[in-house]
Amino acid sequence: MALRHWITLAVLVLLAVMPPVFIWMGNPFYVDLATRLVILGIAATSLNLILGYGGLISFGHAAFVGIGAYAVGIPAYHMLYGGGEAVASFNGMFQIPLAVAVSALFALITGAICLRTKGVYFIMITMAFAQMVYYFFISIEEYGADDGLVIDMRSQLPFIELDEPLQLYFFCYASLIAALLIVRTIANSRFGMVLQGAKGNNERMVTLGYNTYLYKLTAYVISGAMAGYAGALLGNFTTFISPEMMDWSRSGELMFMVILGGAATTLGPLMGSAVFIIIEEVLSNYTIYWHLPFGLMLIAVVLFARGGLMGVIGRGRDGK
Amino acid sequence: MDYGLFFIQALNGLQLGLLLFLVASGLTLVFGILDFVNLAHGSLYMLGAFICASLTFALGNYILALIVALPIAGLLGYGVERVIARPLYARNHLDHVLGTFGVILVLDTLAHMIWGPAGIAVPLPNWLNGQIVLGGTLAIPSFRLLIIAMGLATAAGLFWLVNYTRLGMLIRAGASNRTMVAALGVDIQLLFGLVFALGAMLAGLAGMLIAPITEASIGMGNSIIITAFVVIIVGGIGSMKGAFIAALLIGMIDTMGRSFLDNIFGLVMSPTAAETSAPAVSAMLIYIIMAVVLALRPQGLFPPKVR
Amino acid sequence: MKRTLTALLAATMLTAPAQAAEVKIGFVTTLTTGAAVIGNDMKNAVDLAMEHLGGKAGEHDLTVIFADDGFAPETGKQATDKLVKQDDVDFVAGYIWSHVLLASRKSVLDAGKFLISANAGPSQMAGVLCDENFFSTSWQNDQTPMAMGEVLNRQGVKSLYVMAPNYAAGKDMVAGVENTFAGEIVGRDLTKWGADAQLDFSAELASAKASGADGIFVFYPGAAGGAFIKQYGQAGLKDTLPLYSVFTVDALSLPKLQAAGFDSVLGSKVTQSWDPTLDNPANKKFVSDFKAKYGSYPSFYAAQAYDSINMIADAVIAVDGDMSDKDGIRAAFKEADYGSVKGSYSYGNNNIPIQNFYLREVVVDEDGNWTTKVVETVFENHQDIYASECKLD
Repeated sequence: MALRHWITLAVLVLLAVMPPVFIWMGNPFYVDLATRLVILGIAATSLNLILGYGGLISFGHAAFVGIGAYAVGIPAYHMLYGGGEAVASFNGMFQIPLAVAVSALFALITGAICLRTKGVYFIMITMAFAQMVYYFFISIEEYGADDGLVIDMRSQLPFIELDEPLQLYFFCYASLIAALLIVRTIANSRFGMVLQGAKGNNERMVTLGYNTYLYKLTAYVISGAMAGYAGALLGNFTTFISPEMMDWSRSGELMFMVILGGAATTLGPLMGSAVFIIIEEVLSNYTIYWHLPFGLMLIAVVLFARGGLMGVIGRGRDGK
Repeated sequence: MDYGLFFIQALNGLQLGLLLFLVASGLTLVFGILDFVNLAHGSLYMLGAFICASLTFALGNYILALIVALPIAGLLGYGVERVIARPLYARNHLDHVLGTFGVILVLDTLAHMIWGPAGIAVPLPNWLNGQIVLGGTLAIPSFRLLIIAMGLATAAGLFWLVNYTRLGMLIRAGASNRTMVAALGVDIQLLFGLVFALGAMLAGLAGMLIAPITEASIGMGNSIIITAFVVIIVGGIGSMKGAFIAALLIGMIDTMGRSFLDNIFGLVMSPTAAETSAPAVSAMLIYIIMAVVLALRPQGLFPPKVR
Repeated sequence: MKRTLTALLAATMLTAPAQAAEVKIGFVTTLTTGAAVIGNDMKNAVDLAMEHLGGKAGEHDLTVIFADDGFAPETGKQATDKLVKQDDVDFVAGYIWSHVLLASRKSVLDAGKFLISANAGPSQMAGVLCDENFFSTSWQNDQTPMAMGEVLNRQGVKSLYVMAPNYAAGKDMVAGVENTFAGEIVGRDLTKWGADAQLDFSAELASAKASGADGIFVFYPGAAGGAFIKQYGQAGLKDTLPLYSVFTVDALSLPKLQAAGFDSVLGSKVTQSWDPTLDNPANKKFVSDFKAKYGSYPSFYAAQAYDSINMIADAVIAVDGDMSDKDGIRAAFKEADYGSVKGSYSYGNNNIPIQNFYLREVVVDEDGNWTTKVVETVFENHQDIYASECKLD
């Protein structure tokens, strides 16, 4: 236990200290890498709530991220180019809540349908809804369709200047800490216990008088809203959004981050996204064929490293 | 409405549907019997196309290449089953998805390294390069008719195999109750390997049939695999009949959407907007159908009877 | 140890003004997915240009860093960010795809670097989004299809069916041919593009045939071009629906089509601002050396990539390696006298070439290889139509 806590602390401190060091060393690109890592860490953490603790294998989580990003891009687009007065805004106090609200609503509607199914049908129907959003944005000519949309102005927030790489980074970092705390609190609450109970044995929880469908739906909505928030950050970070970010392979990558780090652990998804991004960066520097070693690593992790990194570090996979 | 065009488009839709069926039937077999989610099924489709393309140049004849390539595709499938799938049977679907996602990355990159990024155009013998006139101005490329014929023949063969042979009996039994089959003393390992190889041959055949039309290209499997999954989910996992009906339905919707939806949209919006949104909406239609089917029948249209 | 280091550092600083500068060029192209066939051709051309230059612009060392855009705007932008921020390149060149260029432009221009497109020419960047630090060695997307529209008028084509992929350049190409074509557009299809592009055109070809048009205009770059030509041949449309294409039949698809024996493509006409048979010394050296080194004809992508490196080298010499002299670099670019393989051309206010456009025909060369030759000049010194929307003068 102690080791795990030390590692947790070390990772979080490292993430807080390294970016200013990168700037000081004249390596702003590594700050970009760290920002991407932290944002994907939030998205993976949100997925962990339903996948890790709830056992709900969502293969469409990238859709929430994409919706969140478009909730930043579309208001900014209208603010610059006119039209859509109702949403036109550069104000982050409007854009970010919009991202959370729309993705929560999308999660509520699709979750209500998806949760009627089980097993592999659930995997595939979540993917189907993500593909629908993907093609939906491809079909909208005004927002760039396949070409994507450049966000010319980042969200305007009081006291924080998102155009400053370090301020943007620490805004994301603070959001990450909040996301980790939220998921941890939920997981350890009575609500989380019911959720994990339903993952192990749904019938038993139903017999005990819990409406597990409602519990799962609530978790699904919270998870979707958090992923939407991560999407709003991602839009502000990349200043470019396209349907591509909702492609099914992106959802697969998020799943991989959770599993790689360790599902149903607080820090696992963050560790997973860190390792994912670092390995991707290192390998793609060496060869354009980097997908080959990457794929082999993925297979190896699935075959041999059960419980992910956190499992290897010292805690067995729970719930099973 | 131009009925001649409608007829031709229906044939095109049928051809696409049968191609989808070839990919989906292998997927539904593996899924239904082995309870194994194989995302890498599309990569076997791609390998089939590449192997057939290379053999066409080596042997100088497309048909000959196809005949030689089929067993190779089966062997490849058997290899994938041995190395990757077998250790994963006991795991959950999540591990299947991730493991085979890794296989996609590996096989796609290997194809890139072996055959280069360019893709290979496959030459057809002259008798397949022409058109068949169906009367008046109606004509269809003869090779597309061959795809339809091969697709229908394979479908018939599969129905015979599943419904009237010992292997088929085991397959049906396996789809309904796996432990029972194992308890009956059937060599379940061999059965699984055979089923996987059969699935790979079907996917490979689809790739070989499409290669002379679109070329063999890296990543070609990834665009079809998701559609194939939609087909088997709509049809009901493990159901050959369901896969057949759903494949034709989806092939038809896709083709009709691509050819007529922009005209319909053009009535209410600008031509460019209609041109842009129509293909995307017809692609979306497939997923909408899937969501509606699952919302109403969470087990698909034709779920296997006992589970 | 520390002392030696300090001494070394001091020595470097002392000799710095006299020493040759090291100029870094980032080159963004597609090196993965099926579209890598284009990227590899461009990379070959860049390598050849560097070989011809001896790796130097005058006495200054040139380094090229290649980056892969993965055929996706998002990946392309990430690759560009990395070149600008980590490698701190002085120029970013390349870009096959219009949507990748549009996504990446801010990353380069906001950092005060020079952006040189060696292919993509989206209308926005020739017009409202033009920039004093953005130059092109290719064309604006609309120009080549406009030349084709003119050819169609000359050949008396009255009605046309139009097909292109659904992305920024596809829409520009359609706009371009519709701009000059005087007849009627009877049908239009924009198909799915990207890594999972639509490659089976059965439904579209059936619609095109049923439309009764005099001809079909298409734009399918890269692997999709070969696939389209084959299906067009299989559908037997050669006699009833003549093919007029831009950027579809090129030095990349012709060898494959030849290997597969698709002779229906012989004699087909395309428009372009460059051709391997253009008669100027730079082009002759480029084409013969490229063929000697790589065993195939260079594509127009290669020609433009080769030009982009030479243009940068020329500007580096003009400012004597002083990368802070942005005005000097811009002035050198503007002159366009680096010895382009296209022959001489000039730059408009929006830094897009004002150049000739030729009609080319697919022929068999003396060695039996399929290639193209110039038939006639369609436009002389043609400027794109978006130049007037550009605020630069």
